[in-house]
Amino acid sequence: MNIVVVGLSHKTATVEIREKVAFAPTHMEKPLRELVALEDIQEGIIVSTCNRVEIYVTTRDIAGGISRIKRFLADYHHIPLETLETHLYSYHGEAAIRHVFRVAASLDSMVVGEPQILGQIKTSYGYAAEYKSSGIILNRFLHKAFSVAKRVRTETKIASSAVSVSFAAVELAKKIFGDLSDKTVMLIGAGEMCELAAKHFLNNGVRGVMVTNRTYEKAVKLAEEFDGKAVNFEELFDHLHKADIILSSTGAPHHIIGPKDVEEVIRRRRQKPMFFIDIAVPRDIDSRVNKVPNVYLYDMDDLQGVVATNLEQRNREAQKAEAIIDQEIGQFFKWLSTLDATPTIVALRGRFEEVRRAELEKTLANWKDIEPEEQKRLEACTAAIVNKLLHQPTSLLKRTGQGGRTDLYVDALRNLFDLEVAGQTTETEELGELEE
Amino acid sequence: MNALLFKLTMGAYFLATLLYLVYLIKPRPTLGRISHWVISGGLVIHCMFTLDRYLEAGHTPITNLHESLSFFSLAIVGMFIAFERKFKISILGSFVTPLALVILGISALFPSAIAPLNPALKSKWLMLHTSMAFFGYAAFAVAFGAAIMYLIQEHFLKNKRLGPLYQKLPSLDTLDEINYRCLTFGFPLLTFAIISGAIWAETAWGTYWSWDPKETWSLITWFIYAALLHGRLTTGWRGRRAAILAIIGFFVMLFTFLGVNLLLPGLHSYK
Repeated sequence: MNIVVVGLSHKTATVEIREKVAFAPTHMEKPLRELVALEDIQEGIIVSTCNRVEIYVTTRDIAGGISRIKRFLADYHHIPLETLETHLYSYHGEAAIRHVFRVAASLDSMVVGEPQILGQIKTSYGYAAEYKSSGIILNRFLHKAFSVAKRVRTETKIASSAVSVSFAAVELAKKIFGDLSDKTVMLIGAGEMCELAAKHFLNNGVRGVMVTNRTYEKAVKLAEEFDGKAVNFEELFDHLHKADIILSSTGAPHHIIGPKDVEEVIRRRRQKPMFFIDIAVPRDIDSRVNKVPNVYLYDMDDLQGVVATNLEQRNREAQKAEAIIDQEIGQFFKWLSTLDATPTIVALRGRFEEVRRAELEKTLANWKDIEPEEQKRLEACTAAIVNKLLHQPTSLLKRTGQGGRTDLYVDALRNLFDLEVAGQTTETEELGELEE
Repeated sequence: MNALLFKLTMGAYFLATLLYLVYLIKPRPTLGRISHWVISGGLVIHCMFTLDRYLEAGHTPITNLHESLSFFSLAIVGMFIAFERKFKISILGSFVTPLALVILGISALFPSAIAPLNPALKSKWLMLHTSMAFFGYAAFAVAFGAAIMYLIQEHFLKNKRLGPLYQKLPSLDTLDEINYRCLTFGFPLLTFAIISGAIWAETAWGTYWSWDPKETWSLITWFIYAALLHGRLTTGWRGRRAAILAIIGFFVMLFTFLGVNLLLPGLHSYK
């Protein structure tokens, strides 16, 4: 069984492409079902964030699997495959594992070390679990990725607050406004990243927070959290002039703020500078807004650029993280290879044989006057029982090994008979710990 | 003695400029402090030079180009030190001290001999009128430096390419604030210089205003800064627009000062 990764990220595609390929979090069932319905794709997970869209699957046929997923991505989003293909990368085997571990550990992030990505992958995994598109291998794989990410976070300084998109935004705000203590932040929409950025701004002493959302109740709830003020979405432009820093992350498919709106607002503010941070994909704010005097607009790609300039000093931490990942890849790869049928069949036979021997010996120990001839027949009989019992499962395993869900049986057998297969490590405790 | 003090000032300003330029590359706080003391030392010597000249000549030493350029340089350094202390921004020195050095350098090109005072200038107004004018100019020079810094920093932030200076330059808000403060210093000084000049003209030449080129250009300069101040106070002109106007204003002011003296014949053409 092979793990295959196909996707695109901020490194290979601009925000224009990414927003076309993004999957809406509210509609994950359809794509996940279609994904695992593809020929020879057993398990599948779709990770879709503002910075990347990636699909993880298990398949027997690497080349075929990759091309089917590429076709799926193109067809699903109605983009010509030729256009999309130049932005796509694909990995299999060890490279695929490394890639996903690196993504989860935030080594592949726009802002290396930013903590949001792990939560985003967990959410994506949640959808896959909910719609049952992931199975034993990807479950184990993702849990492993989470534990690797956790290790990286605790053992290196890579995820210190200094390396997040929100921190980059705060730094920029300080270069625009100097002192933040008399500044007001406005949140448009919700989302983890948006809230995190707002918290960062509060920690840096902004005076107040305003929150607006299409669902007013959500705005009220979030406003309470920040001790701020909720604003009706329809009245956004009546309040926008009171905000110095605007964090926008709505799920709107179109721009919600254009240059004309901002010109109007900035006039009302008597040219006091405004800093727009658009972390939505698709973007909420027309990029021409940046051209309005005294207005600064940064979208996700811009923030990436900002952060790239600071990255050098973090390379050392990233190298430590890579070392951790190297270690963990080894372990996981071993486990993956044990999912093949043969070692399990051997182990299963071994276990049965072991029981047969033990029972036979016990019986023979109390049976002093047994004839050698009789003993032979007894052995043959017990051996035949074992063989008969094992015939069905063994042949099933061998047959499904040609292209079916061997791993399901392998995993079940291992648990049922407590088999120890070479290279296997028990990680149940680790998994439990990760659920928090 | 006078020539020696001048050379010492020149040396100190040269060293300070050098230090401030190094500070631009390596912004270490210690380096900033050293630069500050060197330029301050230079200013003290410069004041001694000016005082010495005053005592020797027996009148305010702002009567020819050598003296006025030197005094302009002194005023710039004094104004800069005040702003550097107030805003705690050493990097301002990297943009302003070279200006002071260049102006002092140009002053050395003009004859430095103390000439007998032009009888028209023999007045108690001389000191007031000229020193106010030059301190006003100096405030505009500091605004010019801050405006250039503003435009650089704004360029980084607008184009999202945070160049090597980005971290070292202060926030846009601070730079804009310096620009504004310079204006609130410089504009009243320029206004009083023009008014005192008019009063002096009435006593010396018998008329308040005679559209002498210096007067005309002073008025143009005044209008530019008045427009800037007005825009700031009413419609909230700031940022890039204010910075560009401060730069234009500075060049017009330079022309008012130097261009008029050197190119346009008139009552103020003292060389």
